[in-house]
This record gives sequence, C-alpha cells and structure tokens, in this order.
Amino acid sequence: MSFSLARTGAVLRKELREFRHNRLIVGTMAFLPLLFIVIPISDLFRHAAPAVVHAQTGAALLLLLVTSVIIPATISAYSVVGEREQGTLEPVLTTPVRREELLVGKAAAALIPAVAVAYLIFIVVAVAVRIGADQTVVNDIWQAPTFLTHALFAPLLSAWSIWACIAISTRSSDVRVAQQLGTLASLPPLGIVALITFQVIQPSVTVAIILACVLAALDAAGWMLVGRLFDRERLISGARPVRSTP
Amino acid sequence: MSMSSGPWFVRRRIGHGWRPATWQGWLVTVAMLAPAIILLIIGRVAKAPVWLIAGIALIGVYAAVAALGARQPRADVAAAPAPAVDAPRSTPARAPAPARRPLAADRPPALLVEGLTKRFRDRFAFQDVSFSVGSGEVFGFLGPNGAGKTTTVRTLGTLLAPSAGSATVAGIPLTPENGEAIRRRIAIMPESPGLYLRLTVRENLEYFASLFMIDDRQARIRDSLTAVNLASRAEDVCASLSKGLRQRVGLARALLSDPAILFLDEPTSGLDPVATREVYELVESLRGRGVTVFLTTHRLEEAERLCDRVAILNTTLRMVGRPDELRARVFSAALVVMTAEPLQQPHALFASVPGVERWESPEPAHYVLTVSEPKTVAPPLTRALVKAGADVESLSESRHSLEDVYLELIAEDVEAAAR
Repeated sequence: MSFSLARTGAVLRKELREFRHNRLIVGTMAFLPLLFIVIPISDLFRHAAPAVVHAQTGAALLLLLVTSVIIPATISAYSVVGEREQGTLEPVLTTPVRREELLVGKAAAALIPAVAVAYLIFIVVAVAVRIGADQTVVNDIWQAPTFLTHALFAPLLSAWSIWACIAISTRSSDVRVAQQLGTLASLPPLGIVALITFQVIQPSVTVAIILACVLAALDAAGWMLVGRLFDRERLISGARPVRSTP
Repeated sequence: MSMSSGPWFVRRRIGHGWRPATWQGWLVTVAMLAPAIILLIIGRVAKAPVWLIAGIALIGVYAAVAALGARQPRADVAAAPAPAVDAPRSTPARAPAPARRPLAADRPPALLVEGLTKRFRDRFAFQDVSFSVGSGEVFGFLGPNGAGKTTTVRTLGTLLAPSAGSATVAGIPLTPENGEAIRRRIAIMPESPGLYLRLTVRENLEYFASLFMIDDRQARIRDSLTAVNLASRAEDVCASLSKGLRQRVGLARALLSDPAILFLDEPTSGLDPVATREVYELVESLRGRGVTVFLTTHRLEEAERLCDRVAILNTTLRMVGRPDELRARVFSAALVVMTAEPLQQPHALFASVPGVERWESPEPAHYVLTVSEPKTVAPPLTRALVKAGADVESLSESRHSLEDVYLELIAEDVEAAAR
C-alpha cells in the first residue's frame, strides 16, 4: 500500500477541472496577474532619480512575488472546507486514497498555476523593462540575484501559502473565513523577501540561497503540520482522534 | 515483510543498507542534502572555508538524526495482515455484472462486530454494539435521529476510530493499519450523495474510479450508470440534476468498485415515491447478485421490504433479528374478535377455549385474545363463539408491523430515560 502517483494525479486532474469551472478562481487567476503586470510597469517606466528608482524596483519585484502567495491562497483555502461544504469530503475519504496522496494532489493543483503565473508575469515585466525602461531600472532587474530570487522564491512562497491555507482549511467551517485567514497566514514569509528587495539585506546569490533554504525548511515544517492535521476522524467529526485513523 | 528501523524519513532495511523508506523520506533527504551539496560547491569554488564547514555540518546533522533514530524499531510499519476470509480480489472485478454466490449459512460473516463503542469526549455515540452480517445479506440498521447509525457506518468504514470493541469488515480486522485495505473492499453512500456539482456525471465517476485504481474505467462507469438507469445522462453537469438523479449518481459511484459490502446511509432520504421505488429495485438487484448491503434507515416499511434482518439501535443495540422474529419477541400472538353485539359471558367463553392465555376488550364487542398459537386456537374459538350464539363479524390474527416493534422499543427507552 505505497504512495500512488496515479491517485495523486487523479486528485490533481479533478482539482484543475473544478478550477476551470469556478469563476472566483478563474477570475483571481486572470485579474491578479494583469494587475501585477500593470502596476510595476507603470511604476518602472516613470523617469525618476536613481535613488528613487532602486526603491521602485524593489517594490515592483516584491509585488511580483505577492502573486505567488495570493493565487495559491485562494485555491488551497477552498481545498478542504470547500469539499466539506459541498459534501464531497466524506465520499473521498471512504476511498482507498491516502492522506499524503490527497494532500500532494491538492497542493500541486494550487502550486502549478501559481508558479506558472508568477514566472509568466516576471518574464513579461522583465522583457518590458528591457525594451522600454531606463537603463538604471534594467540594471536593477537584469541581474542574476534578481532572477534567482524570483525563480527560487516563487515556488517556495507558494508552497508556504498552500500549507498555511490547507492547515486553516482543515479546521475552518467557512470558505470565506479560510481564504481570509489563509491569505493573512501566507504573508509573513514575504517579509524575508522584502528585506532583500528593499536592500536591507544586500542581495546576492549567497543570500538568496540561504534564505531559500530557510523558506524550504519552513515549507517542510508546514507539510508536516498539515499531514498531522489531515486526519480522517478530525475532518469528519471535528473531534480530536482517539487514535490515528488510517 | 522486511524488517525495518529508524526515524520515519530514513529507515534501515536489513540487508539493504541505509536509504529512505518512503517518498517523504526521499523528499526530506533531498531537502537536507541538496543545500549541503550547494554549500560545499560554493565553498570549493569561492575557496571559502566557512561554506565548506556549513555544508559538512548540515550533512553531519542529517547523519546524526538518522543514526539516533535507527535504534528504535517501528511496530507501526507492519504490513496489514492478510484478510481472514474472502481474500481480496487482485483487481476489482468488472462492476455490476458478475453474479455472486447466494447467501449461504456456511459462508463467513461479511461483518462481525463485537462490543464496538464510539465515544466523543463524555458522550457515547453508540455503546457495546455487537452483531454479525452474513455475506450477501441485506441488513437494516434502524434507529431514531442521533441513535448512532451514521457514526456506526463511519466507524465500520474506517473514517472514525472505535473507542472500544472490535470488528471485522469484509474479512479484514478493523485496525488503523488495515484502513486502506478495508476501504478497497467496501463502498459507502452517505445520506447526501456528495457530488462535485461543477463536474459532469462522468467526470465525477472517473475521479472516484481513479481513486479506486480501477483498470477498465470507462467500461465500469458505463456499467454502473446502466445499473442505475443513468447512462443517457453521463455528460450532464451534476448541478443540473434533480435530487433523485443525484442520489442515483451517488449509487453508481458506490457500485464502481464492485464492493463486497455496500453501506447505504438513508438512501431514499428526500426522494419521491418513484425514485424511492427505483432505489428499492436496485437494492433488490444487489441482493440478487449477492452483494452484502448494510442499510441505515428510519423508514420502517423500507427495512421491512428490503432487509433480511434488522437491528434496532438507540445508542445501545436494542434488538437484532428477522422482522417476524422481532415481532414475536416484542409482541405476543393475538386474535382479534369482532361481534355484532357484546358477548353475554365472555369470561366463561374464552376460558373454555384451550390456548387462550388472557383477553381484553378495548371497546364493546371488540375482543383481543392473547394466545399461544393463533392457527391452533382459531378453530376451537370459532366453534365456541358459534355455540354461544354470537354474531361474529370477524376473527383475525393481530398483525404487528416492524413499526410497532420499533415504536415499542423506543418508547421503552424514552420511559427509562424519564425515570
């Protein structure tokens, strides 16, 4: 009875199918990227003093990473409480699916679109800057630490957001509450990124890797916590299990 | 079964050296060792000893944790014991089609429950429940709201852990380790069908077929939909279906895995009479194929019509048996005599008839006689009435329904609680 990629894939496919039909999620995925492309570009294309440009670039890059937090928060906060509300949680839990398979499937369904959107808008902004912005801005963005930060932090921040939101979703009884609390819980790791983007911590490849390791450790802790919370008995009855249900 | 020991992420398999035992183990190993390797590379390239030391330290931490945990053997990784009876099919058989063996006395029980108890903090959902259900039997589980019926189903379906007692489900002991094995062999249809309303009927069934890892999914889905007369609605979005149709989709989903035991929790709740009759017919067809059906309901006519045996639960199990057995246990056999005029000397008349134990007259010219055996008492009673010159309007056996039995038992509980 080992971990089944086939069952995980089934959960992933079902989740993606459901998102396709969910206006809130489709709207969030379409509107937010647009917003997060327009705002940084409008900021970065303004002519300003070099000192101001650095701050603007930092803010714009941070804004780009916010999508990595908000999109998965919207999706994953719904993942358990949404199923409970529509009565599908119990039928799913009576199948042979293991909790890890269910969790990984649901997490992947939130991670894949979130990271894809985050990378896409970063590429769009970077290319736009290269084509039309001041050389100071180009110099700030087109450097290895910036690209590395984005490449590393987008999935790591998304993963944190996903685990935080699923954890809240397992204990919540209302989708909206889960989404609001989930988004709030997703934000603290952005503080680490803010320190780099506003150059409180001098950005470098080394710093990026170290902070990525810290975030990876946080993600691993989040995964373990969610694994404990995702207990069949707790999910069905809301009561703490007498002993672990399979 | 290979012996293994160690922390959950790295387990020593005897004869296989050190390696992660699970996919989570691999994940943690990679998550810890990859940064260590990166640190070593940076340290080597930049010729910075601090990075090299940090990388080595990280590897050291990983090795220390793995080694410390290796001393404790893990008991909870033992493979699920083989089913005691009725070995599971290697792949679920093709759905509703194959006929099963009919109910036979020599077959082991599909469900064996002994002293099962579920307690939520200071409240018992059900307590000390014991019964068995034979293979191929349709077993009714009756009780008022809050009696513990659904909790019993959830416990037997491995969703809740019992607080005490034991059970064997489809031949597999109900233990945390066996949860997955049991869930492969059963299906539960909750009271609310629980469908993904934004998806089509087919998409819903495809998802569940994938979770059961059914090989020939499309054929199985087609068979299940045909069994519930929904083949033509496969591409409909579930949100567009009526409640009755959704219930049928729920049943089709329960049939997908060709379960050895099918738990139906209030399957006709909220259905119109036509849809209800269709569910009855489906349950009867399942009985014909030898599927064990565990039916919870508080519709007594449903239980009487469908079930071979019933159990009445009101936190504790009040009674188990065939409906006629329960009637016999709760109510004495009785004959009802209606005459045109009140009898002149009923005492003497009824005392002269052998087998009449006692009698009462709830209304004038209406007599209820408690008898040992209605069929043997009726002829001499008729003769005695005719001889006494009574104008007999009717003489019939008093028939108690399952509902009477149920109400009697529940009333006893209410009285006991009031005392």
